[in-house]
Amino acid sequence: MKLELKGVTKLYGETAALHEVDLTVPAGVRVLGLIGPSGGGKSTLLRLAGGLEVPDAGTITVGGDVLARDEATLTEHRRRNGFLFQSFNLFPHYTALENVMLPLRVVQGKSPAEAREAAEQCLRRFGLEKHLLQRPAELSGGQQQRAALARAIAARPRLLILDEPTSALDPEMTAEVLEVIEELCRDGQEIVLSTHEMGFARAVADHVVFLAEGRVVEEGKQIFEAAAHEQVQRFLSRVMKY
Amino acid sequence: MKTVAAWILAVVLGASFAFFFYLLLTYNYQWAQILPYRGNLLKGWGVTVAVSASALVLSAVIGAALTAGQLSPVWPARWLSRLYVELIRGTPLLVQILIGYYLVANALQMESKFFIGVCLLAAFAGAYLSEIFRGGIESIAKSQIDSARAIGLTGSQTYRYVVIPQAVRRVLPATAGQFANLIKDSSLLYVIGLGEFTMQARETNANTFSTFAAYLPLAIGYLVLTLPISYWTRRLEERFRYET
Ligand SMILES: Nc1ncnc2c1ncn2[C@@H]1O[C@H](COP(=O)(O)OP(=O)(O)O)[C@@H](O)[C@H]1O
Ligand SMILES: [Mg+2]
Repeated sequence: MKLELKGVTKLYGETAALHEVDLTVPAGVRVLGLIGPSGGGKSTLLRLAGGLEVPDAGTITVGGDVLARDEATLTEHRRRNGFLFQSFNLFPHYTALENVMLPLRVVQGKSPAEAREAAEQCLRRFGLEKHLLQRPAELSGGQQQRAALARAIAARPRLLILDEPTSALDPEMTAEVLEVIEELCRDGQEIVLSTHEMGFARAVADHVVFLAEGRVVEEGKQIFEAAAHEQVQRFLSRVMKY
Repeated sequence: MKTVAAWILAVVLGASFAFFFYLLLTYNYQWAQILPYRGNLLKGWGVTVAVSASALVLSAVIGAALTAGQLSPVWPARWLSRLYVELIRGTPLLVQILIGYYLVANALQMESKFFIGVCLLAAFAGAYLSEIFRGGIESIAKSQIDSARAIGLTGSQTYRYVVIPQAVRRVLPATAGQFANLIKDSSLLYVIGLGEFTMQARETNANTFSTFAAYLPLAIGYLVLTLPISYWTRRLEERFRYET
């Protein structure tokens, strides 16, 4: 994965969600994990990388392209990525199948038959063959996230961005969604994800970045064994305690 | 305590209704005198239906245009639509009809009372509809717009596939209610001499020297139109609740 941030600052009013962040993902990394306390800037970093937001300062490079600031180029960038939010990804007025078909039809310009074929295949892959014609309100939280994940990968994105994909789910549903993500990782999909599931981050990520107060505090998978910063040690020991 | 209060209320209400129906039933209606005018009344009812139906279509167009204006990034469009909506909502329909008829329609040399009536009603209802539409669009959560952008939809695609379809479902009940209001409000058009239902009823009463007889059919004639809408509105509300 080619992802690089140089001097990236993002302000929301007075608060800096990200403060002059420099980050270069090492060569060979396919899955990048973002961890850290709530409000640390994980979502902001992912939204910037996904082209949903523009930084107030600095440059972001994804896959060799420096992200532009104009809406048309950013829309092009978004079309090359998949993005999954914590919840409410699906459109409630469409069935699961229609949700997955929408970007294939409208963005990729596929014919209805092609789009349907591809959408069904993705949903089947994530075990949703029985729920094709159900609307989000009729699906469980885990099924909703899997359907949204199917939609995000249907157009074969270059980079898949997952922002706390299981934080709104109970443990059983969390497991079923993590299984699907793990499978995607095994298949070689490039993924950036933020998560509070430390065990999962440790298992699937090739590289991890610890963000707090809008800064990169420490990076590298060695932090799970021996973090250099006390803040990271404290955070990890607290979340891994139970 | 609560049940006692409820019983007292029920008795008072029941007695009031009974008294009201007693008045209605014992009134000396002189139906025989009204009978020759039934054709006029029916024709008036037809005009009311036609005026309301036409105004309904036109008001939806005006309402949509005003909504687009109010949500437009262009400030004069925003400002003008807002001003229009506030002016319409801040003045009585009767005043608007009088000004519209004697000032505007006169100056524009508009001839057809039917057409003027449709325009006046639609201009009025359009302002209210635009508030309903705007509320519907603004009620679509930011997460939906985020999701639409994340899958690569452009701004106009987001409106077409995500915002509008959801907003339409949400505003349907209130819009149907507004159409019932429009039918009732059309009764004020008698002041410009449009021969609609209310005007025919007034003339019938005047001609037969009966002060009241034609008003009962008048009320029933409006109810025949508004009750089904009211029923439909409630069905829509229930369906919407079930869908979310
Ligand atoms: N849309 C927003 N408006 C205002 N403040 C925001 C917004 N998004 C994020 N923030 C602030 O930016 C900081 C970083 O938030 P976020 O990136 O969501 O952190 P994380 O995902 O790590 O919990 C927080 O202080 C948060 O309150
Ligand atoms: Mg977050």
